[in-house]
Amino acid sequence: MTTTAIQHTGSVLREAVILTGRSTRHWRARPVTFSVQLLFPVLIMLLMGGLLGGAIAGTTGDYIVFVVPGVLAFTVLSGIETTITAVTGDAAKTVTDRFRTLPISRGSVLLGRVFADMLTAAVELAVVSAAGLLLGWRPEGGIAAIALTYALLLWLRFGLLWAGVWIGLKAGTPEAATTTQLAIWPVAFLSTVFVDPRTMPSWLGAAAEWNPLSATASAARELLSGGELPGVTAVSDHAVLFALGWPLALTLVFVPLAIRAYRRLS
Amino acid sequence: MDLQANPRGSICARAVRKTYPGREKPSLAGVDLLVDAGRVCALLGANGAGKTTLVRILTTLTGQDSGTVSVNGWDVVRDPARVRASIGVVGQYAALDEVLTARENLELFARLIGLSRAAARSRAAELLEQSGLGEYAGQRVSGFSGGMRRRLDLVTSMITRPAVLLIDEPTTGLDPVARRTIWAAVRSLADHGSTVLLTTQYLEEADELADDVVILREGTVVATGTPSDLKALVGEPRMELREPTLEDVYLHLHTGSTAA
Repeated sequence: MTTTAIQHTGSVLREAVILTGRSTRHWRARPVTFSVQLLFPVLIMLLMGGLLGGAIAGTTGDYIVFVVPGVLAFTVLSGIETTITAVTGDAAKTVTDRFRTLPISRGSVLLGRVFADMLTAAVELAVVSAAGLLLGWRPEGGIAAIALTYALLLWLRFGLLWAGVWIGLKAGTPEAATTTQLAIWPVAFLSTVFVDPRTMPSWLGAAAEWNPLSATASAARELLSGGELPGVTAVSDHAVLFALGWPLALTLVFVPLAIRAYRRLS
Repeated sequence: MDLQANPRGSICARAVRKTYPGREKPSLAGVDLLVDAGRVCALLGANGAGKTTLVRILTTLTGQDSGTVSVNGWDVVRDPARVRASIGVVGQYAALDEVLTARENLELFARLIGLSRAAARSRAAELLEQSGLGEYAGQRVSGFSGGMRRRLDLVTSMITRPAVLLIDEPTTGLDPVARRTIWAAVRSLADHGSTVLLTTQYLEEADELADDVVILREGTVVATGTPSDLKALVGEPRMELREPTLEDVYLHLHTGSTAA
């Protein structure tokens, strides 16, 4: 890397960190919204465990142990709703014109949003994990496995965030952004997040395992339980590998798309 | 108009055309514009005349279909980063983060252009003082009046100490007192050597501020010259007595001055 390229990368990172600070100030200004965002996955966990846990796993306690890694993956997905809303809102505001006429990298504005949402993801995962511990879930894989699990969860969030940034930029209006957010629910349910794929019709179980969310949920389940869990396709045999690969693919596809969409804002 | 001249601090546009996708009629149909360094130029025209499109091209927010445009000596297509480094931009609506306070806004933009934390704090304090918003520094912009937002927006655009300031309809929707405060700020910038291009629908505003006036109609320049040149086109000077207008009364009650 040339000196100029290093300096450019350094300035992009510096600008992104400054813009991350802008987003974290928004949390401070909107504590209720931020709290609801943090507690929403916990509410889903309680609802699924309380209403369906007994029917799915025999007892609510057994289901909670099964579902916590899945809810951690769900948390990673559901958080991008906030990203989509924030990006759509910002793109419609004149402050974006100010950023676009400053002598800063176009990428740093988007990277600042991604950094801020990665921080949010870390806090969300900590809250869900704490709630799981209170409900009786205990990770069993050892420190290295736990660290790898959370790294994989954040890695998936990173890939999904770029998809969220792109959707937010293309949505155009808050109403359109809300419509795209509805797609999150089918993606979450057509996965191994809440239900063991072996209980599904074989074709549906296979489709669920090929969902990028399932790879991370299955990898988290394996790593946090300390043993291999059977599935219905080869994806479950190589869950960690797929949990690394899917977010990489998302990043490679959506980073250029997001930057291009930002440059083409009217 | 010498369109070959292109020194630092100037604005030069040649044969600029722009048609937005989905529209048949061009927003700009071959516009030529030259603003010499240190001058204040008012771009006059009705709604839809092409003023904002031209400003968006000059500020690198929109690309032209054809023609060449340079600002401060840099081509807006080939060197957009250098253009951005040398301009200040004030849009039709205040481009501020409404959730942040006035001070946080200024510090954010100052940090983004490379100032250290301490330098950004100092520059923000200086600009807050200059804008008369010092006592509101810690208040969120969402609670500001229209006039306060425009004042803050104007000083935010001055963070870089730009050689060229591009201002799009700075006083639309403001009351006469707020309008005059903005005029004073623009005049002060010009006095300190900045080149200013401002668009406006108000003839009085152009008369008050501009050294040169360019009139746009339907994407074409239809007249250019100093205000007195353009007035001479209309006819001989006339002396007339008139009763005070409501604007005179309003300004008298608020500031003790009159418009006339």
